[in-house]
Amino acid sequence: MKATLADIKRGQQGIITDVSSIHIPLKLLEMGCLPGNSVELVQVAPFADPMYLNINGTHLAIRKETAIHILIEITNA
Amino acid sequence: MPKQINVALIGNPNTGKTSVFNALTGLNQKVGNYPGITVEKKEGVCKLPRGVKAHIIDLPGTYSLNASSLDENVVIELLLNKNDKDFPDVAVVVSDVENLKRNLLLYTQIKDLEIPTILAINMSDRMVYKGIQLDIPLLEKELKTKIALISTRKNKGIDQLKELILNFNDLSTKPCVNASEIDPNYFDDLRKTFPNQLLYKLWLVITQDVNFGKTDRNEIDAINSFKTKSKTDLKRLQQKETIKRYQFINNTLKKGQTIDLKSAKDLRIKLDRILTHKVWGYLIFFVILLTIFQAIYDWSSVPMDFIDTVFASFSEWTKNSLPQGAFTNLIAEGIIPGLGGIVIFIPQIAFLFLFISVLEESGYMSRVVFLMDRIMRRFGLSGKSIVPLISGTACAIPAIMATRNIESWKERLITILVTPFTTCSARLPVYLIIIALVIPEGRFIGLSYQALTLMLLYLIGFGAAIFSAWLLNKILNIKSKTFFVVEMPNYKLPLFKNVALTVIEKTKSFVFGAGKIILAISIVLWFLASYGPGEDFNNAENIITTEYASQNLSADELQQKIASHKLEHSFIGIAGHAIEPAIRPLGYDWKIGIAIVSSFAAREVFVGTLATIYSVGSDEEETIKNRMAGEVNPILGGPLFNFASGISLLLFYAFAMQCMSTLAIVKRETNSWKWPTLQLFIMSGFAYIVALIAFQVLK
Repeated sequence: MKATLADIKRGQQGIITDVSSIHIPLKLLEMGCLPGNSVELVQVAPFADPMYLNINGTHLAIRKETAIHILIEITNA
Repeated sequence: MPKQINVALIGNPNTGKTSVFNALTGLNQKVGNYPGITVEKKEGVCKLPRGVKAHIIDLPGTYSLNASSLDENVVIELLLNKNDKDFPDVAVVVSDVENLKRNLLLYTQIKDLEIPTILAINMSDRMVYKGIQLDIPLLEKELKTKIALISTRKNKGIDQLKELILNFNDLSTKPCVNASEIDPNYFDDLRKTFPNQLLYKLWLVITQDVNFGKTDRNEIDAINSFKTKSKTDLKRLQQKETIKRYQFINNTLKKGQTIDLKSAKDLRIKLDRILTHKVWGYLIFFVILLTIFQAIYDWSSVPMDFIDTVFASFSEWTKNSLPQGAFTNLIAEGIIPGLGGIVIFIPQIAFLFLFISVLEESGYMSRVVFLMDRIMRRFGLSGKSIVPLISGTACAIPAIMATRNIESWKERLITILVTPFTTCSARLPVYLIIIALVIPEGRFIGLSYQALTLMLLYLIGFGAAIFSAWLLNKILNIKSKTFFVVEMPNYKLPLFKNVALTVIEKTKSFVFGAGKIILAISIVLWFLASYGPGEDFNNAENIITTEYASQNLSADELQQKIASHKLEHSFIGIAGHAIEPAIRPLGYDWKIGIAIVSSFAAREVFVGTLATIYSVGSDEEETIKNRMAGEVNPILGGPLFNFASGISLLLFYAFAMQCMSTLAIVKRETNSWKWPTLQLFIMSGFAYIVALIAFQVLK
């Protein structure tokens, strides 16, 4: 199922498919947010923002406004 | 070989880079600022075998050479400027064994700059725990370097790292990734246009807005004419470059690293389930805050009282043992209390940084940032602003120093500007005495009016901070990328050495930085209060003795009258009279005026100043209170401190920017007089208007 990273629910896993949007900070790519890498939602703050993610073994938090630009494929819906 | 080897420590945040720095240098380190910016510059000396010394510079943590903050800019500037006196002979890339893949990105970039580079893999003690195995010889071959497997926690591998630094000349300077493959034509053009320059260096110059040293800039100034790509295209190329580097890293680690996930145990998930929980997370954070609050208020009151007593008796002793004269008075009444005013802040600052450093070292701080970000964002602040705002209730000085980890300059600046609104401990004595004077003693639903007033004042302070943050966010037009990416590091037990060094260093930087200014101000204040022009001041003894000759005053009472008369006619007293027309609409007389003027050095002098003016020798609050209660308003009649003037005064102290030390720190942290000046005038102006309205409505 194709989706953006903002749609991922807790316990779901996905594969990043596209990060070419200009709104994604380079820093995020450098931390391993690249196509082909796995992503998992660890925890969300109230109002689902920011999101605490595990991307390819790196744990980080990003705001929803960034997550909507990252395209993913959810592998276990 | 040079006598001293220049070493640059580079690495991602949370890799224990500072622990490596501490392990190499110990106490032989100093912290300063890079010229013109407020980024901390940490450097130290390390003794290597065979009598060689290494000058080690601990560069700010960064994920790559693509800078997104001032701190990261520093790294690139140094690595690209061969003429810099700190330009490294050898770079040590510190990485975390658990995040080797991500850490190697920065490593491959530095290798492309053809600087000899050592890879230090830290936290090797966690390898067994995480089921990680490394093929070091293979990795050394693929990465074209030498690797030091170290553990600062277990103090292992540091000697090996020193040995590698000593023999840095043996290291290969060949790059491991050929970045130019991402767009061969473009890079060919670049190479032809600047044949004498390093290709990767050119690429970095094109893609960043870095300020280079002058010589260097001239050298590649022509680069501006080489703009054949749009910003978007350049960003796409940077993305391509990142992907290419990761391909190389993945291939290398596939061969050189095995991770047995079965034997990996993870405490993180269990802890995060509670610590970042929607309900429990906030509750636990609240309890931690209360503990810190309690520590700063309560635990530090003992050493603070002690310091106060020591300095008071030292001042007394100086007065009695040195020959009488202006010089002795300057020492006893100006310099010693001034020094005391600096030293008295040490316990609070030390406690605060002890807690902050433990929270940061343990990895918990990132969780707080995660929890608070959404709420703070509404007011133009960042999740990271919560720490300074809370610390501000103790003292704005360490609180403003604690804003340094906010990446976005705009969010950081707003935090610095609004923090002084929070009710700091110096306002407390002022509040207490005025509340006791003007708020009746009754109760409302079991709570005393006086306690409610105090609580309200705290809420007003916090409200003013949040509201002005919201306002500043609308007004300030500062371009600063406000992206938010926070790494959530693994939980770790804080290292005692790191915590201790942080506390010592922060306290030292306060004492020597702000201390100089506090001291200067107290000396000036002393002069203004101890000298005055004209007969009234210089002949105070005769005037008072004659005036009260008929009344049988004791020697003490006479001395107090003389002191009071002198103060009235001293420079500061004249200033008080001069501002009286301005403060009369607020319900104050010239004596309160003096207290307010001297309060601009530090609020806590309010009570002391009034004590002197009302010719009370002791600082005992009850006595001052009675005197104050007996004062009569010279124009309106009735008590000077009534409900209207009391509320007006409370509000004035709640909003006015009356703290030289805070202004000094703001100057240092923003590197400009503009912001502290604005703070002084806008906050104090606002305080004046609110106090004026309050008095005129209530009188």
